[in-house]
Amino acid sequence: MISRKLQVQMIFLSAVGIISAGGSITGTVKYDGKIPRMKKLKMDAEPICSAKHLTPVTAEWLLAGENGELKNAFVYIKEGLGNREYPVPEEPVVLDQNGCIYSPHVLGLQVGQNLEIRNSDGILHNIHAKPAVNKEFNRAQPKFKKKMIVTFDKPEIMLPVTCDVHPWMRGWIGVLNHPCFAVTDESGTFSIDSLDAGSYIIEVWHEKLGTKTAEVTITDDKGAIVDFVLKRPPKKPKN
Amino acid sequence: MVLVTLFLIFAGGMVTSTGSGLAVPDWPTTYGYQMFSFPISEMVGGIFYEHGHRLIAAIVGCLTVVFVVWVWFKENRLWIRRLACLTLLTVVLQGLLGGITVLFFLPTGISVFHAVLAQTFFCFTIILAYAFSDDGRAQKQNTEKYKRIFTYTIILTILVYFQLVIGAIMRHTHSGLALLDFPFFEGVILSGFSGDAIVEINSSRMENWLDPVSLGQILIHSIHRIIGFAIGIFGIAIMWKFKGIHKKTLRLLWVLVSLIGIQIVLGGISVLTLKAPIITSIHVLTGAGILGLCVFISLRTLPVRDWLFMTKKSSLEKAGLEKA
Repeated sequence: MISRKLQVQMIFLSAVGIISAGGSITGTVKYDGKIPRMKKLKMDAEPICSAKHLTPVTAEWLLAGENGELKNAFVYIKEGLGNREYPVPEEPVVLDQNGCIYSPHVLGLQVGQNLEIRNSDGILHNIHAKPAVNKEFNRAQPKFKKKMIVTFDKPEIMLPVTCDVHPWMRGWIGVLNHPCFAVTDESGTFSIDSLDAGSYIIEVWHEKLGTKTAEVTITDDKGAIVDFVLKRPPKKPKN
Repeated sequence: MVLVTLFLIFAGGMVTSTGSGLAVPDWPTTYGYQMFSFPISEMVGGIFYEHGHRLIAAIVGCLTVVFVVWVWFKENRLWIRRLACLTLLTVVLQGLLGGITVLFFLPTGISVFHAVLAQTFFCFTIILAYAFSDDGRAQKQNTEKYKRIFTYTIILTILVYFQLVIGAIMRHTHSGLALLDFPFFEGVILSGFSGDAIVEINSSRMENWLDPVSLGQILIHSIHRIIGFAIGIFGIAIMWKFKGIHKKTLRLLWVLVSLIGIQIVLGGISVLTLKAPIITSIHVLTGAGILGLCVFISLRTLPVRDWLFMTKKSSLEKAGLEKA
């Protein structure tokens, strides 16, 4: 029998996420189709940024590996978490402006969680979030303002953020009321951890390829694997 | 003032075409600086277009104030005094609308109003410039032929103005690339508007990695094309009908029809280059030029010209006579 002290310790550790009784959903997101060549970004308007890049910088709206491994796809639990409330992490999520590009290009955070917008460029940027659900904002971030904190009040998949000074800068933010999301890396893989046993609807979002959902069931501590394949809608054949 | 206004319209076109409308998030200040003290070295990227537009607008505003003061003290013709005041009100309102577009993140209605009011202000400057020209001061009556041509040119002016309103709606609802081909779309002049047609249009856009468009956007784009061609045909018809008219007016009609032709080609190039900012802005500029020329030709062919010369004194005398 577990002692009361140990029970309290386990509840505490579980709450801070150090141990988890749940399983995880892992998988890959692939793009099926001809990979478009990303245009080189012209940063002539901002010599400081041009100088930061030793090699040409390209757009990031569709980055896929040789076998279609899709980077920057946002994967999240759409349904199945019930009414469970998740604490808002104290740690902020960082969006950096470095070399006049957003890093990372796609990120996720929880409602009420701090988004720390950094200005590593040391030049004048403006941060323009264009949400459909949350409140739109357009704020100046002069070179001396190294950090700026913003939060979002409502869940939203996905909201774009741009810099109108440097029109090639574009990033995406996913706001959720839970921490069950991930962004795919270069290998197109993702992992959503700490899930209880149950059935979930999981969705993948990509800025150009749209969304796709799948139903997943996790039994006990066993995880599940979900592989997504995204493609462009086929051109309608002529009659 | 006419030329600076035309340049201002081009600069405004560049702001929209480069997507720089919100590159300066504050108004009337620029990143906290008073407008004229913003460092030139910081005018990079979108700030160059947006702040540059504000500076040119300020110059136009100042010119208007100086002009109105001059008119108020030196000009007797009543309508000019009134129009000058209206022009000043328009430029003030235009400045405020520009501010609202920035502070409220480019609301479509206000942005369209801002674009249309710019063209209206430009028309006012042309009317005022005409009033001070030799032709505008000459107390002559037009012949019957001139009177007939006036009816046609005024219809053309209204049509062009309406086209500019549709153009402004198209730009601010991002409908400029709703159809990606020119002059045909998938082999036909006009796309269909059914569900199947929209699917086809959107799959064609997807081929170019562009976001899907709605039926409304396709309609706005199509209306703009139809009116554009209608203006071209109407312009040629006017020129044909009045080919025996006074040489100077015929030359103006030639210039007008040529500009309309260039404008249609520019519209096509805008589509084919996926709205290259410079081409799209020249398209906006040429549109303003066509409207201005229409207004000018209409003024030259005005059938009733007596009121042009009515002064404050003469209007009082007339009122007194009528009373007596």
